[in-house]
Amino acid sequence: MTKIATREAYGRALVELGRQNSQVVVLDADLSKSTMTAYFAKEFPARFFNMGIAEQSLMGTAAGLALSGKIPFASTFAVFAAGRAYDQVRNGIAYPKVNVKIAATHAGLTVGEDGASHQAIEDIALMRAVPNMTVIVPADGEETRQAVFAAAAHQGPVYLRLGRPAIPVIYNADYQFQIGRAHTLRQGKDAAIIACGVMVHEALKAAEELTTAGLEVMVVNISTIKPLDREAVLAAAATGAVVTAEEHTVIGGLGSAVAEVLATEKPVPLAMVGIRDTFGESGKPDELMAKYGLTAADIVAAVKRLKGKKD
Amino acid sequence: MGLTADFPELTATARRLRQHIIRMVGAAGSGHPGGSLSAVEIMTALYFKVMRLDPARPDWPERDRFVLSKGHAAPVLYAALAERGFFPVEKITTLRQLGSPLQGHPDRKALPGVEVSTGSLGHGLAVANGMALAGRLDGRDYHVYVLLGDGELEEGMVWEGAMAAAHYRLDNLTAIVDHNHLQIDGRVEDVMSPEPVADKFRAFGWETRTIDGHDFGQILAALEWARQVKGKPAVIIAETIKGKGVSFMENEAGWHGKAPKPEEVEKALAELA
Repeated sequence: MTKIATREAYGRALVELGRQNSQVVVLDADLSKSTMTAYFAKEFPARFFNMGIAEQSLMGTAAGLALSGKIPFASTFAVFAAGRAYDQVRNGIAYPKVNVKIAATHAGLTVGEDGASHQAIEDIALMRAVPNMTVIVPADGEETRQAVFAAAAHQGPVYLRLGRPAIPVIYNADYQFQIGRAHTLRQGKDAAIIACGVMVHEALKAAEELTTAGLEVMVVNISTIKPLDREAVLAAAATGAVVTAEEHTVIGGLGSAVAEVLATEKPVPLAMVGIRDTFGESGKPDELMAKYGLTAADIVAAVKRLKGKKD
Repeated sequence: MGLTADFPELTATARRLRQHIIRMVGAAGSGHPGGSLSAVEIMTALYFKVMRLDPARPDWPERDRFVLSKGHAAPVLYAALAERGFFPVEKITTLRQLGSPLQGHPDRKALPGVEVSTGSLGHGLAVANGMALAGRLDGRDYHVYVLLGDGELEEGMVWEGAMAAAHYRLDNLTAIVDHNHLQIDGRVEDVMSPEPVADKFRAFGWETRTIDGHDFGQILAALEWARQVKGKPAVIIAETIKGKGVSFMENEAGWHGKAPKPEEVEKALAELA
């Protein structure tokens, strides 16, 4: 199976974008070899600004560049982008609706060995709650590449959530990503799994496995958490049972966003696969995903519970 | 202010800005007069003598930029913008009212001429750095000015910005510290001293000059000096008096964020007549 990390796809896409658009500038906070902005820095040294280990300055400077007509991509780990620099993102970028693209890598538990201090498990909730912010969680490398271009073309702040490990490729170049539009990867009438990021691949595996239990399960990739594709959520709800899956706490993330639509427009049984209000810890990404209930098996179990079937 | 006679027009303008500040904060019933009044001469020099501006084209790419990092001093910015022709002076009394472009803290989306939305302290210098970097990238010769409070220097982000401005040798940027020595809870030196301010900036790689922030001769000379500094950023530490120009507000921390009552407005305006 071909795999690529979304941060790797981001780094490559930035170079491609930089060649096409001279207004694109990139900022980092001493993590360019990890966020992969180093590729851009190498090709466009004059348009790359390392702000050092200073995330507040990173976001503020990006805002100043955007206010002067540039299209800045500001990168650091998600835990610092959404957490440490929250006030700079809120008051300096989102409130004045400044055209900054925050590309946050190393999101979620799949950071792995660095442990809980570096595992952003609540960043979607934080960024989703801020007015004017668009929140995108790509499911693979190709979607990341297209999301980078879409973010650059979009006027306004964007939070792009990316991961550390190589993950399976889902899309090829025929796919057409659009901000605010979900993509249905698999049709099904018995239940629907709505997933984002690394969990989309797990959802596909789960749906395949559920066929052995006689269940035809829809799989929807909601890569734009905000603005949410309400029509896609309602179409999923038409199956009568919805399971959400995200590498994020179940408080305030994709599951919550889906629940907000279902509760107000079309109540159906809902289960959320995600982190249960706890911090992570050190470990290998796969070990952590298993321990914290973020695998295809966990999704399968959630669907079966909703459908009244035994595991 | 021994040199006011040398600058009759600027002095008259400064007096009008002070009147606007008192009127607008009085009408609003809330707001920040103290730190607005301390910055009047600085703002007057920038908006009426030094900065390249065109009120008819607030987004003119070649304009000089001004960032009010101490965003609570919005009244002095609004007074300067109104007097300079960015919006009608009559509008100043809508300050802080529902639907007014004169938000409690500056909102760039609401009022043309406001470059950056500020209010959360510490942000302005980093944003100004970004503007200065963009100017350099685009080969434009505009200058970026950022006004900081002295209490604001307690925010760590200011020093992240100070480090970056020196690192990137931003000589198209000038910072001005409104050193009025008071913050909400009392004397800056007592609450959390940022002293020695000039030494700190020098240690971060800046050129510094300390002046009387109410003396137009010194302000204009310092702003000219700052533009001549090459290869590093320059900071002007302006020694000022909080509440300057209104006797009962001068050097009183209580007037940081309190509006004058109607009779106090009248008394202040009489002093500023």
